[in-house]
Amino acid sequence: MRSFLYITAALAVMGLAFWAYNENYKTQQALRDTARVQAEIGGLREELAVLRAEWAYLNRPDRLRALADANFDRLGLLPLMPEQFGRVDQILFPPDEIRFDELTGSIDVMGRLEVTQ
Amino acid sequence: MTRRPLRPLAHILLARQRGENPDVIERENIRQRHEVMRDKARQRAESRLLVLAAVFLLGFMVVGARMASLASSVPHEPELGFSESEIVAQRSDILDRNGRILATNLITNSLYAQPQIMIDKERAARELAMIFPELDYAELVRDFTGPRKFLWIKRRISPEQQQLVHDIGDPGLLFGPREMRLYPNGRLAAHVLGGAAFGREGVHSAEIIGVAGVEKTFDDFLRDPAENGAPLQLSLDLTIQTAAERVLAGGMKLMNARGAAAVLMDVNTGEVISLVSLPDFDPNTRPALPTGGAAADSPLFNHAVQGLYELGSTFKIFTVAQALDQGLVTPDTMVDTRGPLKWGRYSIRDFHDYGKQLSVNDVIVKSSNIGSARLAMDIGAEAQKTFLGQLGLLEPTPIEMVEARGARPLRPSNWSEISAMTISYGHGLSASPLHLAAAYSSLVNGGHLVKPTLLHQNGAAQGERVISAETSAVIRKMLRQVVVEGTATFGDVPGYSVGGKTGTADKPKPQGGYYEDRVIATFAAVFPTDRPRFVLVVTLDEPEETSGEEPRRTAGWTAVPVGAEMIRRMAPLLGLRPEIEPSAGDLLKLTSN
Repeated sequence: MRSFLYITAALAVMGLAFWAYNENYKTQQALRDTARVQAEIGGLREELAVLRAEWAYLNRPDRLRALADANFDRLGLLPLMPEQFGRVDQILFPPDEIRFDELTGSIDVMGRLEVTQ
Repeated sequence: MTRRPLRPLAHILLARQRGENPDVIERENIRQRHEVMRDKARQRAESRLLVLAAVFLLGFMVVGARMASLASSVPHEPELGFSESEIVAQRSDILDRNGRILATNLITNSLYAQPQIMIDKERAARELAMIFPELDYAELVRDFTGPRKFLWIKRRISPEQQQLVHDIGDPGLLFGPREMRLYPNGRLAAHVLGGAAFGREGVHSAEIIGVAGVEKTFDDFLRDPAENGAPLQLSLDLTIQTAAERVLAGGMKLMNARGAAAVLMDVNTGEVISLVSLPDFDPNTRPALPTGGAAADSPLFNHAVQGLYELGSTFKIFTVAQALDQGLVTPDTMVDTRGPLKWGRYSIRDFHDYGKQLSVNDVIVKSSNIGSARLAMDIGAEAQKTFLGQLGLLEPTPIEMVEARGARPLRPSNWSEISAMTISYGHGLSASPLHLAAAYSSLVNGGHLVKPTLLHQNGAAQGERVISAETSAVIRKMLRQVVVEGTATFGDVPGYSVGGKTGTADKPKPQGGYYEDRVIATFAAVFPTDRPRFVLVVTLDEPEETSGEEPRRTAGWTAVPVGAEMIRRMAPLLGLRPEIEPSAGDLLKLTSN
């Protein structure tokens, strides 16, 4: 009985030691991972700051104006002027479409389609 | 241990035989027993003390060892747990009111050399001179072969240049990381931002310190790690600033002016939406301070904040506002305008002769010097001084720029009656365009004092009252009349109900007296006048409009058209839609309801 107890205790000690070492290594690995991720976050933040700066640089008003001038033929962009404001009632309704269906019979009715809502 | 009885029978019997007192034996035994007990107790106490001392010693040793290790080890960031710090640069960004970047940082490298570990000094110098054309080959060779052990070659280099230097492959050419301040928009708002420069420099890092503008005013805030990189948000609007600079630069060229300044201010909050001073500079490569010549000729000079000018007739509105607010006159009161008005050896004249008398309204609309001088005589010098002081025209503006602190308005040392009369039409008191913008805002917004600020505000804080709301409404109507039928008819922008006042003042000569043919032309405008939102002050330095037969220099021909074009361009961007002006009939209906 006693020897059984000794063997169990010894096995338990070995098991616990194995578990403790295991946990220790896992913790160390986790710490290394965290450090790596932190460094990566730092690097990405730095990159983000550079990208923001680049975005601001590429969107600087001088450049946008030069681009708008260069592409005036295609885009037709002009500075915003008071005349460009309008009221809703100044805008025309889209012209009513006159629908011509395919002529099938001898007598066909042709007409305007009213859109009712 | 066998316990010894206190009265051992053998000893007692023996003592009785001898006729001695057996109690003596008992006492002796008790004494011996007590001695043993005492020794035991002492021993135990001593051992306890020893243990306690050991525990304390151990404790102190642990604390000491920890202190020693903290003191001698290199600090490092805690690795566990989520770090909320977002600081990537030593200086935080500056943003405009919509969050667009005005100033940020880039990480670059500096290049330095350690000649004693260089291998081929001649070749390194030759290749460096090829990469950086501004470096001199002969000078580099002299530096490399001289006794110096360390020398800076370039403060900031680009990644491409760094690669080229790497390709030289000399171990004595080394790089140190550097942060640099970047203003991505170039010249935009250069005077407001100011600029930054390197402070203390080491191999591995360098301090960046603000040298002017908001960079200097908010240096502590921008560099404070406790702020966790929080950006500084200004009240400027990038889009509007761009439009303002472009139109003003065009106007300055067209009017052949030497310099120009414009301030656009929110009348309710005092936020400066746009502040332009021309000529300007690029804060990325801030020019050196001028060593000779007038300070005002340097592009670094901020005409809008530092420039103190006699702003001319724009001051008349202050005189009239005070006279109206004190109940001395009404807009229809007639004022004597027969000229010239003599006071001692001085005489005051008008630009044109306006006849015998004008109504107070017309004194503003036609801009009569004599009329406003007479009003100033009614008001009195002391009261005028107090009122202008209330409007902030006698002290430097509280705007957050280091340059503003030095711009203390120039005023007469003795505020006599003749001073009051000339100041009533803007001569004898010099203030900056920013002063004027703030004072106009206070007058037209309903009568509350506003303080100019460059920081983005949330909602208006009502300042103390300077004039009544009714006077403010009358003033706005008068300013509108100036544009409709007075001296600023070029200032009308259809749909925006612009009101304003012109001012043309002769430039003082440095040696005393005034120039005949050099003026400062100012246009102070408010729009829209029925619901005032913004005040715009445009100042042109020595403008000359040459389309006519003879050059025209009055503000109505120079500053006003420029100001009107600025409003036309900026108002839609400010989110104001053009409106058909309410006619007088509409106003009556509104008030009767």
